[in-house]
This record gives sequence, C-alpha cells and structure tokens, in this order.
Amino acid sequence: MIGSLLRGSLIAVVLYVVAISLPVLSEGGLSGWWQAANEVRLLKWAYWIAIVIAVAMAASWVFRELLRRTMPEFIAKPMRQAPLTAAFGIMIILAYIVVAVGAPVIAPFGEAEIFEKINVLPGGDAELGGDPDHFLGTDQIGRDITSRLIYGARNTVGIAFLTTVLSFILGVTLGFLAATLGGWIDQLFSRSIDVLMAIPQLIFALLLMTIASEWSYRSGISLTWFMIFIIAVLDSTRVFRLARAVGLNIVVMDYIEAAKVRGETLIHIVFREILPNAVAPLLAEFGLRFCFVFLTIASLSFLGIGIQPPLADWGTMVRDLSQFINFAAYDPLTAALPLMAAGAIALLTVAVNFVVDWMLQNTSGLKE
Amino acid sequence: MRSVSAIILQRLGLGALTLVVVSLVIFCAVEMLPGDFAEAILGQGATPESVAAIREQLGLDKPVVQRYFSWLTSALQGDFGVSFARLNFATNFGTSTNTHQITVADQLAPRFMNTLFLAAVAACIAVPVSLAIGILAALYRNSIFDRVANVFTLTSISSPEFFVAYILILFLAVLNPLLPSLSNIYETMDFAERLKATLLPALVLTLVVTAHMMRMTRAAIINLLASPYIEMARLKGLSPLRVILFHALPNALAPIINVIALNLAYLVTGVVIVEVVFVYPGVGQLFVDSVKIRDMPLVQACCLIFAAAYVLLNLLADIMSIISNPRLRHPK
Repeated sequence: MIGSLLRGSLIAVVLYVVAISLPVLSEGGLSGWWQAANEVRLLKWAYWIAIVIAVAMAASWVFRELLRRTMPEFIAKPMRQAPLTAAFGIMIILAYIVVAVGAPVIAPFGEAEIFEKINVLPGGDAELGGDPDHFLGTDQIGRDITSRLIYGARNTVGIAFLTTVLSFILGVTLGFLAATLGGWIDQLFSRSIDVLMAIPQLIFALLLMTIASEWSYRSGISLTWFMIFIIAVLDSTRVFRLARAVGLNIVVMDYIEAAKVRGETLIHIVFREILPNAVAPLLAEFGLRFCFVFLTIASLSFLGIGIQPPLADWGTMVRDLSQFINFAAYDPLTAALPLMAAGAIALLTVAVNFVVDWMLQNTSGLKE
Repeated sequence: MRSVSAIILQRLGLGALTLVVVSLVIFCAVEMLPGDFAEAILGQGATPESVAAIREQLGLDKPVVQRYFSWLTSALQGDFGVSFARLNFATNFGTSTNTHQITVADQLAPRFMNTLFLAAVAACIAVPVSLAIGILAALYRNSIFDRVANVFTLTSISSPEFFVAYILILFLAVLNPLLPSLSNIYETMDFAERLKATLLPALVLTLVVTAHMMRMTRAAIINLLASPYIEMARLKGLSPLRVILFHALPNALAPIINVIALNLAYLVTGVVIVEVVFVYPGVGQLFVDSVKIRDMPLVQACCLIFAAAYVLLNLLADIMSIISNPRLRHPK
C-alpha cells in the first residue's frame, strides 16, 4: 500500500516537472528551467490548491454526514455508500438549483438593469475606482456583474436543461418507435441519424446557426430559440442511438408481446411498457447529455452566436470580460472575473459528471 | 471469407458515400436560407439590375440539382467560389481587370496549413503523454496515482475549452510571461518562433484530448488484464511492467489506435474554440468570423473541410482497427 503510494506520487511529480519544463527547456536549458520554477512560485500555488481541495472535501464530508443522519431512509441509505466525489457533486448541483430558482431574490439588481457608472472596478473600494453597491463592479455598458453572474445560473443552466429535455423527448420517442416498429421505419430513422452524426456537432451547429441567424433577422424571433431547437435536434441523435439500443432489448420481452396481443396502441406500448423499464440507463445518459449540451451552448455563446443579450449568460460573459485577465499581476480580483464565469460552467459539469460516474458504477456493478 | 483488401475497399467506398451525403447536407442547409444569395451579397446597395447580374454570375437562375453538381465538381477541384465580402466589394466598387480576384481557396490555403501545424503539435505532445499516463493508471489501478489521474481527467473533460485556455493564459502568459498569450503567426517565421507561438494553444488542446485518450487507454488495458492469459503470465511470476508491456499492450494496440484516431477527429472540433481564444490565424477562426457575417461560401467551404477531416479520421480509425485486429475480419 505504502509502496504503491510512494511510486504513484513519484510518477506524478516527475510528470508534473516534465509538463512544466517542456515549454521552457526549448529556450534556456536547465538554468532557465530553475529560474522559471522560481517564477511560477510552485509552492505558493500548491499550497492554495491544497487548501481549496481540503475545504471542498471537508464540506462534502459534512454534507454527506448531514444527509446520512437527518434525511429519511430512502436518501440516507444510498448516501452511506456514496464516495466523497458524489456527495460533492450533489451538494454543488443543489446549490446551483437554489441560485437558479432564487435568482431574483438573491441578486441585488436586475440582469439587464443599466447603471450610469460603466466599467466600475471590482472590490467595492471607492478610492480605487470601485463602488460599494457593485461589489464585482459593472461591465462595459454599466450592468452589475454580480447580478449577471447570479442570473447566469438561471439562463445558462435553464436553457441547457430545456434543450436536453427537448432532445430527450425527441430522441427517446424516435428511438423507441424505431425499436418497436423495426423494418423500413427503423432503417429510415437510423440512416438519417447516421448522416447527421457524420458531421462534427459543433461544426454542424455553427452552419445551422448561420442560417438561423438570417431567419431570426427576418422573422424577429430571438436567435436563442433557434439555438435551443438546433442543439436539441443535433443532440437527439445520440439519445436516439441509446434509446434504440435499450429499446431493442426490451421489445423482445414477453410482456411487450402480451401488450401487443392485448391490442394496446403503439403509444401505450412505447410510453407505458417500454419507457418505465428503460428509466435507469436513460437517467444516467441524461446527466451526460446535459453536460454536453451545457458545454456546447456555453461554447456557442462564447463564440458570440449562442444565447443573445439582454439575457445574462456565462459563455458571453467570459468573452466580454476576457481582456481583464491581462491585469492579473496588478489586480487579481479583476482578472478573476472571466474565470468566475468560466469556472461556474466547469464546476457544474464536473459536479454532474461526479454524480453520473457514481450512478453508473452503482447500476453496472463495476466495483472490483 | 473475404480478403482484407476487399473489406478495406468496401470501407473506403462507404467513406466516399458518406462524404457525398455530407456535402449534400451542407448544400441543402444553405438552400434553406430565406431570400436570395444575390440580395445577401449586395446588402443595402441592391438594385434590381445588380441583383439580376449577380444571380446570373453565380448561376442562381439554374435548377437546384444542376447547381449542386456544379458546386460539388468545382469544390472537388479546390474552387469554392468567392466570399460574399469580396464579391460585395467587387460589385460595389468594381475591380480593375488585371488584379486577381481573391477566392475562398486563396483565403483558406495558408490558414489550413496553420491549423494542421497546431493540430500536429498538439498530437505530438498528447499521444505519448496520454498513453504513458493511461498505462501507468492501469498498472497502479486504485492507487493514489490512479485516483488523482481520474479526478484530474474528469475535471478537464468537464471544463469548457475556453476555461482551460484562460487558466493556462493566466499562469503561463500573464503571471509568468513564458509564452505569448496571442498567437501571432506570419509567413516569414522560422520553425522555433512558430512553435513557441503555437505552444500555448497546443497545450490547451493537449489537456482536453489527453483526458479522453488516457481514460480510454486505461479502460482498454484494464479490460485485457482480466483475460486468462494475463493471469497465466502473472502466475508465472513475471513483473507487472513486463506483463503490461509484452503481454497486454500488443493486444491492446487495436483499441488504442482506434482511440488515437477518434481523438484526433475530436481535435477538429476543439480547434475552433481554441483558435478563437488565442486569435490563432487558422481555419476555425475564419469559420467563426464568417458565421458571424453570414458569408455563405466561406461557411460552406470551412464546414466541408472540417467534416471531411472528421469523416476521414474516423475512416482511418475503422481501417486501422480492422488491420490490427483479425477478429473484426470475420463477423459472426
């Protein structure tokens, strides 16, 4: 145990050093590397990272204990076996839901409210160009950044959730239909899905968004709606694949045969017989698809063709605030603004992934 | 019983068919545009005469099927037409006859080379590193190293590319000015300078791709470690390293090659965001810019290039795994 621990950490250290020295060795040789290691202040960062990890672990441990002791049995029981990462994931997801639902109460101002002072620096110190009313400052047209970050939870997460639900309704319905009906309908669906999947998703989304922006310009419907629809359709291809595969295994069961003999309608068979038996794999897939959709939407918004103003959204905020990162040496808080929005995206996907990982391990019995 | 070459030929045929269908989809998508190409090109300065002139010049008065085939044949010869922005300029201000009209192909060619260079640098770092970490994680399964690698890779898969990019910019370009945060690439650069300007975007791509590759490598090797002949090798008293390198790895080669090709295909998508963050003059950045101004010929051409690269890499993965794994040649 101790031997493998030592070996493991030794390998980790070696890999880390190699990764750091790679760009530097090309210039200044070994002495250059030493100088760089001093400049990076390795120890200081390692210290901070260790503190953050320790706090996160402690918080999720407390949260897990809380769930184990105070919650009713059906929640407490699975929590007894849950690893810390899963508890951390659940804690973060709950926090996001609270912020998203309670945004109007939590946020000090409205998301599109414009103030006279533009580009107020964060920190709230009036002498340094801050404003106590706007703790994180205001953006280039004078909107409160704190409020926009909080409303971002509602818009970015909400829109991603809506898109995933849409894509599941579409993908699961078509997938189960293909599995039940078989024959040429199955062939037609599967082959057209193959065509859609032959083009990388982000590239296809960009192509369709170009066309949608022309439509949106003419019809006056917000581009955000077009984006929700486009991403839902593109993502439903993956859901279709899974739903069809799961459905094929269920369709051969005796109770489906019995339902067919009873003369049940197609709708009854798909939604009352197949669906309830496919919930477990679909639920885990929902988490994964949500992450994927969330990242795609954030990427599109970051590129400037996703969620449209005046809706506050994290991807767009990263793009708008990205230049501040160059002030990191003088004003760390300002430089952290774009990273806060990007980090909010990353944290949620990490949390969802942790929970899905745990769920998959539970259902598939991958434990060794 | 069919020979390997017959199977490969069949896959190549399927790949070609896929490419044709993809081109059809891209063409049809553009047909869904409301209004008219000609009006879109001319924008505000559209008069009925100039619209008619452009329509004739672009062949818009011909039927759809004919237009598709003429578009496809010229695209295959590397002729993607002229971008709207250039056409607009040319029709509104006129061009002198002796200057060469700058085509989409002219705009794309240098950028395409830049993008290839970026992807190649990223692949050169990512492939060995992720294979090494993946094998080590499989070897020291459930050790602290494996767990740290697992959490680390899960985190970097989950983060959006731009988050990883800005974190790296913060640490390697702003706080410790080791590398430039903007990739300023020009033609007269020598190799070392170019490498230095490309390194930061390449590192971002590496981080994103490594996570996928490492997890897949680990899974493939762990899968193999459960088989009886590995058990046998272990019972013979061979060292764990020898078991992995000489007994497991040769058989894991097929899935690993597959993983590498699939992840290179994944790089195709990742390149777009990273190029925008670092203002790297590649195809991805041109793509996003032309999407914003709705410049259809450019969008079509970029889309076709990315989709073709994606299809070809997937095809490569398919063929490589057929060659390296005899079992796939005899489907039951």
